[in-house]
Amino acid sequence: MTVEDEVEIMGQRLNDKIKKIFGRSLHIREVDAGSCNACEVEVNALSNPIYDIERFGIYIVASPRHADMLLVTGPVTRNMELALFKTYNATPSPKLVVAMGSCACNGGIFGDTYASGGGVDKYIPVDVYIPGCPPRPQAVIFGIMVALDKLPQKMKKTEVKP
Amino acid sequence: MNREFTEALKKEFGNTILDEITSRNETYLTVKKEANVKMCDHIYHHLDIPLVSIFATDERKKEGCFKVHYVFSIDKGDAFIIIKINVDEKSPKYNSITHKIAAANWYEREIQDMFGLVPAGHPDPRRLVHFEDWPDGVYPLRKDFDINTKPSRVEGEYVYRRVEGEGVYEIPVGPVHAGVIEPGHFRFSVAGEPIINLEIRHFYTHKGVEKLFENISLDKAVFLAERISGDNSAAHAVAFCQAVERIAGVDIPARAKYIRVVLLELERVYNHLGDIAGIATDVAFAMGAAHANRLKEEILQLNEKVTGSRLLRGMNAIGGVRRDIGDKKDEILLKLSEIQHDFRELIEYLMSIPSLVDRIETTGRIYNDIAKGLHVVGPIARASGIDRDMRRDHPYAAYSEFNFKVPVQKAGDVNARTLVRADEVCESIGLIEQALWSLPEGEIKIDISEIPDGYALGYTEAPRGETLYWVMIKNNMIVRCKVRDPSFCNWLAIEYAVLDNIVPDFPIINKSLSLSYSGNDM
Ligand code: SF4
Repeated sequence: MTVEDEVEIMGQRLNDKIKKIFGRSLHIREVDAGSCNACEVEVNALSNPIYDIERFGIYIVASPRHADMLLVTGPVTRNMELALFKTYNATPSPKLVVAMGSCACNGGIFGDTYASGGGVDKYIPVDVYIPGCPPRPQAVIFGIMVALDKLPQKMKKTEVKP
Repeated sequence: MNREFTEALKKEFGNTILDEITSRNETYLTVKKEANVKMCDHIYHHLDIPLVSIFATDERKKEGCFKVHYVFSIDKGDAFIIIKINVDEKSPKYNSITHKIAAANWYEREIQDMFGLVPAGHPDPRRLVHFEDWPDGVYPLRKDFDINTKPSRVEGEYVYRRVEGEGVYEIPVGPVHAGVIEPGHFRFSVAGEPIINLEIRHFYTHKGVEKLFENISLDKAVFLAERISGDNSAAHAVAFCQAVERIAGVDIPARAKYIRVVLLELERVYNHLGDIAGIATDVAFAMGAAHANRLKEEILQLNEKVTGSRLLRGMNAIGGVRRDIGDKKDEILLKLSEIQHDFRELIEYLMSIPSLVDRIETTGRIYNDIAKGLHVVGPIARASGIDRDMRRDHPYAAYSEFNFKVPVQKAGDVNARTLVRADEVCESIGLIEQALWSLPEGEIKIDISEIPDGYALGYTEAPRGETLYWVMIKNNMIVRCKVRDPSFCNWLAIEYAVLDNIVPDFPIINKSLSLSYSGNDM
């Protein structure tokens, strides 16, 4: 199966889910909490003409205020901790958090050190983990799909304090 | 080449040179601490040799002091001169050279934050890597700092430079940006639309990489090098492996060298395609961007087919490469010829759109003297008339066996940077073809089990420019690994590139410089 076929099949399933849960579209805000930038390469790839996820109803937005989901990359560096809290709290509830990449899942190769925070779930609640370094775009689409199933359980407002 | 220079230096500074060691193309001269400014100034201004890195080492245990190293690159003769000074723990001060060599600015501040060595007389002695909430007197790269300590946060304030005047106001941007890019802070002072000052503040993504190198095994260190600046994985991995291979004194198999060239050039092609796409996006020319992005994606998919990783990871190892690509030769050649055809058409098309050219011509100029003064590297330097390229000036892997041109432009604007990248894409494809056509038979990796104690430089010309490693090994462990990503040099140039441009042009200028935050912050 070619990449295009894979994306087509998953994208259609995703599209159906988004229609059911959100009516039309899912808004995602990407937060780089100290990644190596390769995860960003793959998030950006999602918008290229091969994947073109906008056609499935996924829109990557410029502000957390517009977002239903945060897609977080990186191990959460000491210097990004505050920005991550602020972004999380600025996102309206109910919100979903997806940790993308090995670093975001548990610190990855950067671990838990004076500078690296050892993973996103130490700071904010995470709904879905997408392993990989970086995960392929198909894996990211799949992870987003899994996260959607969690939304109905999450209708309660949540806030964390820095 | 080194001999000539050292002799000349000895004549000039005979009594201040305490020690001289030469190995490979690196000459280390230990000089009296007080002589550093004069010596560096002489090499830089009088002999016209660029300063490519400054770093410190903590050798208190063995030598009783810290050492500061100034690395100069003799491009005409494929050699490096490294000036060393000893800095005592009790009075951890040495003279700053920034007032003579602007390119030293960030290095000295970095050393101050990471080692606690104070560059006396530095014009801007603020913190660089650490934020205001980092406690005084804690220096992560000192040997007595444990990597797992988490110093508690303290109160503090970061003072930005202020521009005052009628109608001047500030626009703070970041660290979290509107697009999918890495975090960093930009503070513009503007009067109406034109930018009169930009101050950048980085190190949001500081992950303690250099300290981490000292705490992991050599094999794992290759993976770490790949993750310093994710889209320059191959360039970083090769630079690191080469440094270790030089310490070990081994020559890797020819086939591995050729494969490395293929990987490094594939990386350059997809990065440049992405940058060209980004420039098209930022001038709101979506169709051009879509085409360039499609070509980039095709390279990423080719990478995956050939190496198993879209970003060429896991291919390099100390002693060679892990996987042969010989059986994929025809596939690569076929794909690249298609891509080259489409790319040529695309560039011709892009450059024929007057409204696009109008946005990029004269935008974001970096004049030659600024580029030289700040030691800007890579395609950005070459677009400002600096004819430097590590592949030609300090050949590594198999580059000395191939023909390729180093494109240079004079204008220093976004247009020039786009043209340099476009030409480089074609040169890179040419290099891959040459390497695959003449791929030598044989092994792809040799086993290096024991690595003798020692130190060496390793370097590559990454898509963003000169990438430099200095590795020191003892008992098969890394005691120091200094990484100098090209973005560490190039970020400073953005503050000049935006001057007198209007705020809406900032994204294009930023994109055309293609700067890595992670590579800079580490
Ligand atoms: S998971 Fe891997 S690719 Fe993603 S940011 Fe971390 S190191 Fe980079």
